[in-house]
Formats: sequence, C-alpha cells, structure tokens
Amino acid sequence: MKIKNQKDFFSGLMFVGLGIAFGWSSLGYKLGDAGRMGPGYFPFLLGSLMAILGIVIAFKALAVKTEGGDRIGSWPWRPLVFVLSSNLLFGVLLGGLPSIKLPPAGLIAAIYGLTITASLAERRFNSRDVLILATVLVAISYGAFIALLKLLMPVWPEFIVG
Amino acid sequence: MDLLANLSLGFGVALTPVNLMYAFIGVFLGTLIGVLPGIGPVATIAMLLPATFNLPPVSALIMLAGLYYGAQYGGSTTSILVNLPGEAAAVVTCLDGYQMARQGRAGPALATAALGSFFAGSVGVLLLAAFAPPLMLLAANFGPAEYFSLMVLGLIGAVVLASGSLLKAFAMVLLGLLLGLVGTDVNSGISRFSFDIPELMDGIGFVVIVMGIFGYGEIISNLGQSQKEREVFTGKVHGLFPTLQDFKKIVPAVLRGTFVGSALGVLPGGGALLGAFAAYAFEKKVRTKPDEVPLGKGNIRGVAAPESANNAGAQTSFIPMLTLGIPSNAVMALMIGAMIIHNIQPGPQVLTRNPALFWGLIASMWIGNLMLVILNLPLIGIWIKLLEVPYRYLFPAIVLFCAIGAYSMNNNTFDVWMLAGFGFVGYVFIKLGCEPAPLVLGFILGPMMEENLRRALLLSLGDWSTFVTRPLSAGLLAAAFLVLLLMLSPAVKKRRREAFEE
Repeated sequence: MKIKNQKDFFSGLMFVGLGIAFGWSSLGYKLGDAGRMGPGYFPFLLGSLMAILGIVIAFKALAVKTEGGDRIGSWPWRPLVFVLSSNLLFGVLLGGLPSIKLPPAGLIAAIYGLTITASLAERRFNSRDVLILATVLVAISYGAFIALLKLLMPVWPEFIVG
Repeated sequence: MDLLANLSLGFGVALTPVNLMYAFIGVFLGTLIGVLPGIGPVATIAMLLPATFNLPPVSALIMLAGLYYGAQYGGSTTSILVNLPGEAAAVVTCLDGYQMARQGRAGPALATAALGSFFAGSVGVLLLAAFAPPLMLLAANFGPAEYFSLMVLGLIGAVVLASGSLLKAFAMVLLGLLLGLVGTDVNSGISRFSFDIPELMDGIGFVVIVMGIFGYGEIISNLGQSQKEREVFTGKVHGLFPTLQDFKKIVPAVLRGTFVGSALGVLPGGGALLGAFAAYAFEKKVRTKPDEVPLGKGNIRGVAAPESANNAGAQTSFIPMLTLGIPSNAVMALMIGAMIIHNIQPGPQVLTRNPALFWGLIASMWIGNLMLVILNLPLIGIWIKLLEVPYRYLFPAIVLFCAIGAYSMNNNTFDVWMLAGFGFVGYVFIKLGCEPAPLVLGFILGPMMEENLRRALLLSLGDWSTFVTRPLSAGLLAAAFLVLLLMLSPAVKKRRREAFEE
C-alpha cells in the first residue's frame, strides 16, 4: 500500500498514538460510570475518540489520492535546533540548574545567550550586529520588565550579588 | 434608560486617566506588534499577558482588549502594504488592498480600513451593550446540560472554521481538551497525566502552550522557508484621504460589512475571521458599477467590507465570552485565561458582581477604537518604517519576549522548558498541516466541559438523553449538528475550499 497523503497519514498516526497514550493512562484512574464519573471517565472517552479519528485519518490518507501527495518535506534542522536550544539556554542561565548545582547567571547573561544562539538559526550571522541587537534587547527588557513592571527575576549573576 | 446609565458608568471607569493610558498602551503595542510580520494577535496577547499581572483587573482587561484590536488593525496595514496578512482575518484584505497599494492608492486603502473599522467597532460596541444583559438573563436558565451543549456547538464552530481537513481539526479539539485536563482533578483531587512532576499539578500553563505553538512554531517555520524578497510600498503612500467618489462606494460596503460581521461574530467559533470572509464573498455578489474595477483588482469596496466585518466581529465575539464565559475563539480564550488569573470567574455573574468592570471594558473598547483612528492615520509613516526591520533582528526578540513571559508566569524555569517543548510541537503541527486554533479552544474548555458533563449526568442519574430532552440543550445540539451537516454538503465544501485558497 502506498501513502497517498503524507501529512494526513502521519498526523493520523500521531493522533492514534496520543489517543492510546491518554486512553491507556486514564485506565489508571477510577473510571466510575456516567452517573458518577470518576477522574478517568472523560479522558478515557476523549482518548478513545481521538484514537478512532486518527485511524480514520490515516486510512483516508492511504485511500484518497491528493495532488502532489501533500508531502511533509525536509526538516529545517538549523532553525529548529538553534531556536529551541536558545530558549533552553535562556532558562539555564536565568534560573540556574539546581540538579548540577549551577547557580543562576541572571537575566542579562541569559539575554545575551539567547540572542546569540537564536541568531545562529539564520545563515547570515554577523557577530557585530548580533551583539548590538542583544545589547538593545537587554536595555529594553531591563527597562520594561525590571524597572517598569517590576517582575521578579534574578538580573545579575549570583556570584556578584551573592 | 438603563443602557445609557450603564454606558455612563462604563465611561466613568474607562475615562479615568489611568485606564485611558492602559487603553492607549494596549492599542499602541498591539498595532506595533501586529504590524511586525510573522506574529499575530494570539501570540501578541500571550506574549504581553504577563505584563498585565500587576495591574488592577479592569486596567488589565482594558489593555488586553486594546491589544486585540490594535493587533488586528496592524494586521490589515501589513496586508495592504506588503501583501502579508498578519493574521487569518486579514487574508481577504490583501486581495484588494495590496492591489490598491500597487496602483499607488495605499493611502486611501489604509484610511478606509481605519474609518471602516472605527464605524464597525462602534456599532459592535453598541450591540454588545444592548444584547449582553438580556443574554445574561437567558444564561440564568442554563444548567450544566445547556453549558455542555453550548460548548459542543462552540467547538464544532471552531472545527468548521479551521482551514484544511475537518477530521484533523476535530482531532485537534480532542487533543486540546485532553491537554486541558492535565493536572489536579477538582472533583477527586487526583493529579492526572502529570508524571509526578509538581509543576504539572496545576496544569499546563495556557500562555506557554499558545506562545510555544503560535510563536515558536511560526518562527521556525518562517526561518525554514527560503527568504522571499518582499515588495514594500513605502515611498508611495501619499494622499491619505479617499476621494468623494471613493466615499460613495465605501459607505454602503462598510454598512454591509458591519452587518455581516456583527451577526457572525456572535456565533461560537466565529469571531472576526468568518465575518471577513463572508463579507468579502457578499461584496463580490454586489453588482459592480461600470466605472469600477472588479473586486480583486484593487476595488476599494474589497477593503472596506472585510475590514469593517472583522472589527464588528471582533467586538461582538465578546458577547458569548462576557455573558456565558465561553470563548468563541483563541483570543477570547486568552481573555478568559486573563480573567481567571485575576480571580474573576467569567460568566453571567460578572455583570451582577462586577458591573464597573463589565461596562468599563465595553466603554473602553469604543475609546480604543477611536484611538486606533487617531493613532493610525498620522502614524502610518512609522508603521511603514517598522516593516523594513529585517526578520533576522525580529525573531530573536520574539523568542526572547516569549521566554521572559513564560518565566514570569510562575517565576519558574519549568515553564521555559515547556515553552521549548510546545515550540517543537507547534512546528510538528505546521509540518503535518494540523491547524492549532481548535486545540487552543479545546484546551481552555476542557475542564469546563468535563465539569458540566459530570454535573449534567449526575443530575440525570447517568441518563445521556438529558442532553436532548431539555429543550435549550437540544436546540444547541441541533444547531451544532446543522453546522456540521452544512459543512459536509458538497456545495459548501467546494465554496469553503475556494474561500481558504483565495
């Protein structure tokens, strides 16, 4: 059998998988009955329905022909990796990682870290421009979030402010 | 008259200098971000939501509402000038607006969008003020069965409006409902699907889901595409005002657009999008005069009608949100999230318990609309400058503001990790052609739906027929069924495909 619509086929599989996962783990909670619904009742219903829908979507993708086959296409690894990891780096620098005893480095370091990493997602990386951008973003963020809105977050590295 | 007394109470609240300032900040920031390409109103509001936590509830909601129509208006500016809709509702504005810009008539197009929006917004606000209180009385007759059926109707509406496959949109709703259930079950106290992670016991942060899926997903997708050169009509915006000839065409188009938009905005799942599409389709049916260019070739009516419709719809979509506590689209879901954060339970009791908030919000919407006109006509030059900011400077800033927003939700890095996770998920959705808006609506409705289903069935002793034997509930379900049936009919299916392709 040939997949006639790639996007639909794989989204069907995704819904089946997620539906089964949710439905299965709902069985771990009390189901109850309609008049006295337990915590597992509603999610079990939804999960099963989603799995069934997923099967229908996947089968339709095998049976019904679509123009061009609705291919998923290649994955843009560069933006995917750099955008997401810039976000993770931001979290690590801002809040530290207690599990490996990494102290918080604060907002300012985190903004530089995020901006530089995220900018690598673009092929044309110009270190001077990126540093200027990061500095501008530090100024805006400090002014808006710390000075004006008074959000609570570490600004400076812990080893400086103690 | 009650309406006048209520409105004057509202204006009393909205006209305080502090609230005027927040309305202004909201409209200004909303337009600013709406103009920036690649970020729509949903992500804008999600990003700025944390900024409103420290404000009093009225001011926070006023600012958020301002952000909403500011972002909407900003979206139409980019549609006209660069053929780049900032959000789905502005897609139809591109058709004639961009053509007008190419003919050197960007000025009148922008002015028409602003004036049409203002007029439609004013009508929408009046409708909201007039119809919300009686609807609230109706809401008093709503039991859990009716609420459940209404939510079914709303979710079906969201499914129908999603572009692409209905089945996939339906599955996305279910996924949203399930994600909404993550965390502690209010009834049994059991923590569900939380993998024993303490941060998950309160559920997944709404803002995190929206920013991840709409913000990060879009950014990754934009960067993944090869950069197309955009044609920006910067030098050519002169002569803002439409001619008398134009006005003759605009006025009836604006009236038609306002009517269509207001009517469709009230529907659950409707909001601005449906109105804009319907108004454009309607305008196409109206006979073109001999001296006019056809629609799609730069006819000013093609800008006036959908722009009025989407603004009218944006206003009237507040009706189900404020009266019943049921969001009609993703933006309204965010507003409900914001109200809950401020400890206001959305629904009929807002009017009785919190009349100043209710009428203040309504009055501020009108003021916000007025500010849009005042702000946009002279500031168009600045917005155009903004369009020239290259994307490589923009996207790190968006990534950053989302990350700061996620952290500030609970002052916890866990939400930052979740943001990255949902960013990936959001991109997978784009890749698989699954539209995320139904998921967001499902997410906010998940716990409400379970609670009402549970109560309804508890009252009926487990008898499912309660949903069809209670007349109001049966009517709502019948409406949902009808909408679904309509969408499955071949004729509408074809029209729908055409509408989304245009």
